[in-house]
Amino acid sequence: MDFGNIFSLAFGEIISPTTAAYALAALGLAVHFGYSGLLNFGQAGFMAMGAYGYAISTLTFNAPVAVAVLVALLASVIFAVILGIPTLRLRADYLAIVTIAAAEIVRYIVTTNGLTEITGSANGLAQGFETGFFALNFIPEGTYNIGPVSMNQNGLFVRVIAWTIVALACLAVWALMRSPWGRVLKGIREDENAVRALGKNVYAYKMQALIIGGLMGTVAGMIFVIPRGAVQPANYATELTFFLYTVLLLGGMATVLGPVIGAMIFWVVLSLTQSLLFGAIETGAITFLTNVQAGQLRYILVGVALMLLMIFRPQGVLGNKKELAFA
Amino acid sequence: MYRQAPASVQAGEFQNRISGVLRGADGPIADVRITVTGEDFEGETTSGENGSWSIDVPQQGAYEVELDESTLPDGIELAEGQQNPRTVTFAGTTNVTTLFLFGEGIVTGTSNFLDTLVDRTVAGLSFGLLLALSAVGLSLIFGTTGLTNFAHGEMVTAGAVFAFGFAALGLPAFLAIVLAVLGGAALGFVQDAGLWKPLRQRGSGLIPMMIVSIGLALALRYIIQFNFGGATQQLPGAQGQMLNFGLISITRNNLTSLIVSLIAILLIAFLLLRTRIGKATRAVADNPALAAASGIDVDRVIRLVWVIGGALAALGGILWAYYRPGVSFNMGQQILLLIFAGVVLGGLGTVFGALLGSVIVGLFVEVSTIWLQADLKYVGALLIMILVLLFRPQGILGRRERIG
Repeated sequence: MDFGNIFSLAFGEIISPTTAAYALAALGLAVHFGYSGLLNFGQAGFMAMGAYGYAISTLTFNAPVAVAVLVALLASVIFAVILGIPTLRLRADYLAIVTIAAAEIVRYIVTTNGLTEITGSANGLAQGFETGFFALNFIPEGTYNIGPVSMNQNGLFVRVIAWTIVALACLAVWALMRSPWGRVLKGIREDENAVRALGKNVYAYKMQALIIGGLMGTVAGMIFVIPRGAVQPANYATELTFFLYTVLLLGGMATVLGPVIGAMIFWVVLSLTQSLLFGAIETGAITFLTNVQAGQLRYILVGVALMLLMIFRPQGVLGNKKELAFA
Repeated sequence: MYRQAPASVQAGEFQNRISGVLRGADGPIADVRITVTGEDFEGETTSGENGSWSIDVPQQGAYEVELDESTLPDGIELAEGQQNPRTVTFAGTTNVTTLFLFGEGIVTGTSNFLDTLVDRTVAGLSFGLLLALSAVGLSLIFGTTGLTNFAHGEMVTAGAVFAFGFAALGLPAFLAIVLAVLGGAALGFVQDAGLWKPLRQRGSGLIPMMIVSIGLALALRYIIQFNFGGATQQLPGAQGQMLNFGLISITRNNLTSLIVSLIAILLIAFLLLRTRIGKATRAVADNPALAAASGIDVDRVIRLVWVIGGALAALGGILWAYYRPGVSFNMGQQILLLIFAGVVLGGLGTVFGALLGSVIVGLFVEVSTIWLQADLKYVGALLIMILVLLFRPQGILGRRERIG
């Protein structure tokens, strides 16, 4: 086993655009669940809005990058409003079921064969929707190294943009949550009726929180697909949302940096376990597993980790037990 | 570097499979050549002794499947209207099945609207009742413990996988199914004893328990895949013949499924309405504190509810495996939201509401395929659930206080 290679792979995960996308989407969930107590299980749907909104407006309508991003954001706001109107008055578990159903409806619609022309149905979209984004690249051509990881100018560009966005989003959430607006949100999380008694429009605050967190998920969806150059509908199943919850709970649900650290831990652990298991299988140290089973073993670990976290350390790595969205 | 998106589990190549079974009027048809082309891939196979064939393909996409008619045995030809070659497309799953029908007795392409409507209604009733089996368990668990159990889909899968496992050991199908239902009951018992009861005693909140159930669902799903593999397998007798009763035609499996579900539901209804323990269960669902104060052993009732819920989910899973048809590691997850839809539609926590809601969902899913594309058939049911929550959040049979 080449441990140098294993650790550089793991380090590559820390700065990869996928980790940035997970961090941002989980930060959106922190706004929903951690700060406002909204149990949104439809974050995968918001990410799909970003991925498909961007890819479809680029491919079908030849929109420039800025317009494509705006279309995706607009789609996300519309999705949040449609989702919010019937559900925000409901109890937490109803909200969870409805949001998960809405995200699945989105996935069924982008997968249906009837819309193959636009969405590519089960194959998803590729056809170079990312070229417009990389045309904006101002970094000169060449090979760049960050620690042990080397990449070309496009790899560097997408990482710089992705992590800049994550940093800005963290800053925005931090500022929002210490503003009067954020204090009202936390109040809603603690006791909705008390806040209502103070004359605040709870429904409007919840809707705003849903839109803001959803927008983060949408931007994360774009960050997720642009470096891949491909949108695949199967990626937006309910499991994506559950992975995001694992990330959020790992880091700490009502913290700004928790989702970022959670995403890094999540991907580093997945990468390390995969490399170590595959290495052990190759060298013959483990004979009772196939490579495919080793891949599945990692997701069993994710599930068990989610259970154990929730039971024994619901506040996560960074969190404060007093700031939990539930008693 | 080997890299995959976490939500799509396609580790390793050739996880995607196109398969089917060739059956004529006199039984399986062996040694027929079938070729698959598309997505820069070509593969061919011949059907086996039992008529089944499968070709693994590198990626999901659209493929052209062609049956070499010159390799068909004498006297057997494709039924009228059977496309050959035909295009099959993966729709979010790693398996697609395509069936070639043979002989003259089979007429494809529906003749008139009324026939289709009646057929879809009967199929929907059968589907709705199998959903109801799982939904009743889910609703009972919610009613007595307040837990929204996202791992219920995996209990459904477990039932079908148990049945497949016991049948693979060589046991007769009936015995395998009975053992699988008992296995489901045992799974419910172990879950409550090992996880949920300790959590209740710690005083865990409902939302944390719900998230724990999500972790459990993920873990169970991949444990099942780890042991069972990613492929779709068939239970014994999955190829049923069609029965005709005048206007109604139904496969024998669907009819059996309908009758079995009805019997199971009547049994549960009898248990709940006519026995002491059923009365105790309803009392706990109504008000656990008051039930405990009147001398009912609440923990025992909840344990029983988990055992019954597990058994019903397992039975539902076996019937679902015959309905789809096929056993796969994510089959329970596929209907989990429909089960939720049934429960919510009827009223969360009400048993008969769950029954009614599931039947409505089943009917709606099947009947809507007359107008909707088949790959959108679940969308309608989920939309209905959202609309019901908008206008009558307590569901059809629920009481207003439950919306909280």
